[in-house]
Amino acid sequence: MKDLAERVVAEAARRGATAAECVIRYGRELSVNVRLGEVESIKQAEGKALGIRIFKGQQAGVTHSSDLAWPAVSAMLDAALAIAEASSPDPFAGLPRAEDLGRREGDLQLYDPAVLAVTADEALDLARRAERAALACDARLTNSNGASFDAGEGTKILANSLGFVGEVRRSSCSLSVAPIAEQNGAKQRDYWYAVARGPSDLEPPETVGRRAAERTLRRLGARKAATGRYPVVFEPKTARSLLGHILEAVSGEAVYREASFLTGALGREVAVPALTLVDDGCQPAALGSAPFDAEGVPTRRTVILGEGRLQSYLLNSYAARKLNLATTGNAARGLAAAPGVSCGNLTMEPGKQSPEEIIAAIPQGLYVTELIGFGVNAVTGDYSRGASGLWIENGQLAYPVEEITVAGNLKEMLRQVAAIGNDLEFRGAVNAPTIRIDGLTIAGR
Amino acid sequence: MSNAPTDFFARHYGVSPTDLERYLAAALARGGDFADLYFEHQASSSLRLEEGIIKSASQGISLGVGVRVLSGERTGYAYTDDLSPEKILRAAATAAHIASGATATHIVGLSDTPPGRNLYPVAAAAAGDTGMLGKLALVRRAERAAREHDARIVQVQVGYADELRQILVVASDGRCSADAQPMARLSVLALARENGVTEKGHSGGGGRVALEFFDEVLTPEALGEQAAREAVQQLAARPCPAGEMEVVLGPGWPGILLHEAIGHGLEADFNRKKTSAFSGLLGQRVASEKCTVVDNGTLPGRRGSLNMDDEGAPTHCTTLIENGILKNYMQDELSARLTGAASTGNGRRESYAHMPMPRMTNTYMLAGNDEPADIIRSVRRGLYAVNFGGGQVDITNGKFVFSASESYLIEDGKITAPVKGATLIGNGPDVLTRVSMVGNDLKLDQGIGTCGKDGQSVPVGVGIPTLKVDRLTVGGTQ
Repeated sequence: MKDLAERVVAEAARRGATAAECVIRYGRELSVNVRLGEVESIKQAEGKALGIRIFKGQQAGVTHSSDLAWPAVSAMLDAALAIAEASSPDPFAGLPRAEDLGRREGDLQLYDPAVLAVTADEALDLARRAERAALACDARLTNSNGASFDAGEGTKILANSLGFVGEVRRSSCSLSVAPIAEQNGAKQRDYWYAVARGPSDLEPPETVGRRAAERTLRRLGARKAATGRYPVVFEPKTARSLLGHILEAVSGEAVYREASFLTGALGREVAVPALTLVDDGCQPAALGSAPFDAEGVPTRRTVILGEGRLQSYLLNSYAARKLNLATTGNAARGLAAAPGVSCGNLTMEPGKQSPEEIIAAIPQGLYVTELIGFGVNAVTGDYSRGASGLWIENGQLAYPVEEITVAGNLKEMLRQVAAIGNDLEFRGAVNAPTIRIDGLTIAGR
Repeated sequence: MSNAPTDFFARHYGVSPTDLERYLAAALARGGDFADLYFEHQASSSLRLEEGIIKSASQGISLGVGVRVLSGERTGYAYTDDLSPEKILRAAATAAHIASGATATHIVGLSDTPPGRNLYPVAAAAAGDTGMLGKLALVRRAERAAREHDARIVQVQVGYADELRQILVVASDGRCSADAQPMARLSVLALARENGVTEKGHSGGGGRVALEFFDEVLTPEALGEQAAREAVQQLAARPCPAGEMEVVLGPGWPGILLHEAIGHGLEADFNRKKTSAFSGLLGQRVASEKCTVVDNGTLPGRRGSLNMDDEGAPTHCTTLIENGILKNYMQDELSARLTGAASTGNGRRESYAHMPMPRMTNTYMLAGNDEPADIIRSVRRGLYAVNFGGGQVDITNGKFVFSASESYLIEDGKITAPVKGATLIGNGPDVLTRVSMVGNDLKLDQGIGTCGKDGQSVPVGVGIPTLKVDRLTVGGTQ
């Protein structure tokens, strides 16, 4: 496959490209679902695809194909050249600078061969155990959306006309359970999951099931909260979504398009001093790690917010050129478009208070356990989402609430962070501890 | 040249009817009640214009086949992106594993079952490959219109994407049908700035149409202006009030309310498993008698329309709610088999790499008798929401959320100030019971909807006439 990627790059040059890049991905997956103890589905597959990006001077063309036979690839090369000729010259277009290319050395522990060794029967057993553990917790758990185990491994090869050739192999697996509870005719569901590079690093199915059950049960009997302004505590799972919105705003692409509420804020104090947000693309075994980014630039650790100050955006080479900065190795791409920007492992550093201490300090407020809807505007920072969770009264989690919204503005929310928990949880590529934000508007009754 | 359903894959990939029967036999070799093969060839292209230049242009082909075996409630699924007989047979053997021990099913000889309608009468073969120049002209025209609309427009991004999907579905019950499904979409994002404040506006549209659609039906100029107008409008918007109030939804795209609040809850899989807030309510009143809601996959050229679904079943116009009474769920093959119903042509999948599920096509409410102006006049204090971003629902308890991108206050029967950041939250089983007025102005959306379920995205349409909901929670900051 490496040879094919290099052949594409060489052939592009022969056909008149001034620069070229080829990415190849292939992998396998196994995915099983059980529901109420019975097998619901088993899916097994393998796939592959190839992407080409070529430049003719400052004009670019991108093509992709799932057919890797040479006649198909050759046709895609010609198509990429034709697209480049039809598109506009962009003075900022191009590959990274040769001196920016390379790969992080050392074993990042991204691949666990045990993922491929999991049989469908073993996968079903894990899912069954997790669901059984969940449903055994309480008689009010009467139904289930099922449990699933997914495993996959994939290889990515990147080659470009500056001589870069890199290959990385990664694996991951996950286990999740979604029970349904019923009380007085009203149904509630929630879920919990575990994710890791290999099966031996997953939380035991019984733990995943129990946690899913607890989360579901505590939603029973939910009511609406009264409209007003209250402190809001985001548990790590929902705090993670806040980090996702900040990620969108510090992406160099949004910044150069002036489509981010953090445009022009580099070097400024934009958040409370207690807030430190770091992206690290080379953290060993972490789910977002890779030795090089989608353009062949080594990944690294970047402090985005340090002591409340915006220290860096996340950049690929294009956004970096537009903003007259250096790439941070955060290029990411699907096959169907030029590289964009994404994080490696985005982490909010933990604080000192336990979540219990944070809750204990609140006379009245909301503990959010789920957010739904898409009411976030990265241009203005306006934030308004549907929520459910638990109402805090006199420092205690008192009763479940639902059908409410939480609204504010992310720009202000960064300055309204009143507490950060010591309970940082690693569960995927974006990780956060509990966060308390004051002065948000809750709409309910 | 023959017009057999198998023609495309036979001509390009040498897939013969004999091969197909062999693959189905392999899929059912260990038993199972039903098996099908879904061949898909998708050619796509996209363009993105920003800062006045084409920033990204791309084109691609994706090809593969998914093999499915059903055995009771179990599904075995495997796919491959290599159409060689060895790979397909291997996928069939993998999918067959799930059905071990069940009784053998006889495979009915394949017979051509054409969809029997032609809802996208474009020169389908050309739609995926109309050449770059026409598409370039479209995005440039949209950009110019947005910029020329108002001097406060500072950034414009225009995206164009199209695809042509060739599918062939063959099943062990003898079904053998094919379709060529085009899709095109043009979308505009505009940013307006004044006194250091930046706001955005969106627009978009298209369908299963050819490029001419954008000259004859929905012009790039109209789309450019819509996005620019919304962005400029937002500059003057004030923060939205929070709390319960009367809500009037404008016609068209605000029909996303139906999609979230009702539609997902009426998909047969959730009801078969009794995990929907609407489970067991067939024949019961779930809406005010002014409400009649349909899911209609048979509208010509619409984004959610299909000659046949992704299981080869013809699409229908299914009445979901009639004068407030719940009439039907939306069925795919699996749920229909397990509940003794018939497929309603709602079995859809994102691609060959995904298993089909019951999904919506175009979901809308039929027009009522109220004049839209009377509806507005009837509101003392409320919200008039005319354009939306996305929405989401929790199927189990019916709680849904959707976000208005353009909305106004109604005070004493008059539309007054624009407000921003309005999020509407409600409860599916409740919301349609609170519909007190239904306009005579049914409109469908312009063709931008994409629905997500279990990680799979499919294009859909929505629509409503102007609607009044007596009480809904509005999430804002004031």
